[in-house]
Amino acid sequence: MSDKKEYSFYPGCSSQSGASSSNYLTSVTSMCEELDIKLNTIEDWNCCAASIGYAGGGELPRVSLSARNIALSEQQHPQQDIVATCAACWLATREASERIAQSTKIKEGTGLALKEAGLEMKNDKKIRHMVEVLVEDIGMDAITAKVKKPLEGIKIAGYVGCQTNRPFGIHGESFENPQYLDNMVAAVGGEPIRDYEKKVSCCGGALAFSEPDKSFNLIKPILESAMDHGADMIVTPCPVCQMNTEVYQDKINAKFGTRFNIPVVYYSTLMSVAFGRSAKDAALDGQVIQAEKLNKIAK
Amino acid sequence: MSDLNQALAEKYQGNFLKEVIDNVEEGDMVRMCMQCGVCAGSCPMGPHWEHTPQKIFMMIRANKRDEVLQSDSMWMCTSCYNCIARCPRELPITHIMHGLATYAKRLNLVPQQQPTAKFAQLFWDNLTKKGRVNELKLGISLYFMNGFGEGIKVAMANQKLGMNMLKTKRMAVNEAWGGHSVKDKSGFHAMLKKAAELESAAIEANSK
Repeated sequence: MSDKKEYSFYPGCSSQSGASSSNYLTSVTSMCEELDIKLNTIEDWNCCAASIGYAGGGELPRVSLSARNIALSEQQHPQQDIVATCAACWLATREASERIAQSTKIKEGTGLALKEAGLEMKNDKKIRHMVEVLVEDIGMDAITAKVKKPLEGIKIAGYVGCQTNRPFGIHGESFENPQYLDNMVAAVGGEPIRDYEKKVSCCGGALAFSEPDKSFNLIKPILESAMDHGADMIVTPCPVCQMNTEVYQDKINAKFGTRFNIPVVYYSTLMSVAFGRSAKDAALDGQVIQAEKLNKIAK
Repeated sequence: MSDLNQALAEKYQGNFLKEVIDNVEEGDMVRMCMQCGVCAGSCPMGPHWEHTPQKIFMMIRANKRDEVLQSDSMWMCTSCYNCIARCPRELPITHIMHGLATYAKRLNLVPQQQPTAKFAQLFWDNLTKKGRVNELKLGISLYFMNGFGEGIKVAMANQKLGMNMLKTKRMAVNEAWGGHSVKDKSGFHAMLKKAAELESAAIEANSK
């Protein structure tokens, strides 16, 4: 077997036990075991402030949060790229790293702040999303080679969302119509809906909490377009996309008189099932709306 | 009007653009806007903005200080980054909106009942307490951010949602007593304190 690929792993708040995307981490763990990927968790990591932390913390406190994680990663896993599974974690960390590289003022400021925590950083690491690891380091062929139970006949709408896609995105993909999520669906034997119009539309992000009505107006067409294409389920790489499109469906139904009841899973859920792992390992028990077609395959 | 707000308004009298360049995150890039309107047309919250980013950039140049900083427009940003991805001049529009929002907040100019401004502060307070977000407490504080009576109503309306999250183990009741935390809390807090002090000092220096 090939060597294990190792990464310095930043799991993020929502992945913790009893948190909203703990099911994501469960399926990522199973997926990585099958793909010989070793995730070394950054010991004592902290929150990145996501995209809504800006109001309470200004630029420097916010960038310092990510700087601390990068500094800890440099200390603990000097040779490894940082990998995040959460779109906001990835974005905030990479943004902070770039800001520090581009601005002397920010670099000096974060340096002084880190010193208070007994840390320093070189800022020489690549900050990557898990899907980059799958696309660039593993590759679709290697994923297909691991499939034991192809997801035959399941139609899946790939909802990429915003922050896995913009402003950085995945190398070689367009902002308006990225293909990698559809390619992943195809790699595990499913049927991707490549002309899914809402694949990069915004679900409202954190405004689903503070401005639910405005956000529901955004979530509805994302579900509607998937249904119009005959999707059995939606797949996404982002914890906020997953939560917003799955758990508010009955509220959206109440508001608009619709009857949405479509499962929303992670790419790691699909892979865990296709790689032959159990329903528990794929975290199918974490679905508020059960993915029956996957339940049947995973048993 | 807060003292800091007054001092800055007086210091930059007649040149709000300069004030933004000096004090707002990525504010120097405001100068690059060519008023094409792609940001305004690309924003998912477009219909809800009092002033779109395009308009805000022109208002900054036109010295409309109060109208910009007191508006609730910047708080409509969902951080979807559509505007950044599409801007032909590559302005970091999302960052500038966040920067304007946090600057308005620092100067006490945010509209009183702006829900995202309130929630964003709750989120920051929650995460900085122990270094990691406590989703249970965040959810509860969100429900109750408009007072107790309103909170009970919101909590009742979201009962099913809460049960669903508990049932799937995506919410945990025991987070109410302790919850996840970084180990080096004192180092973490010292770091944030220093960063906040440096940032405040820079803006205060600009007000003199």
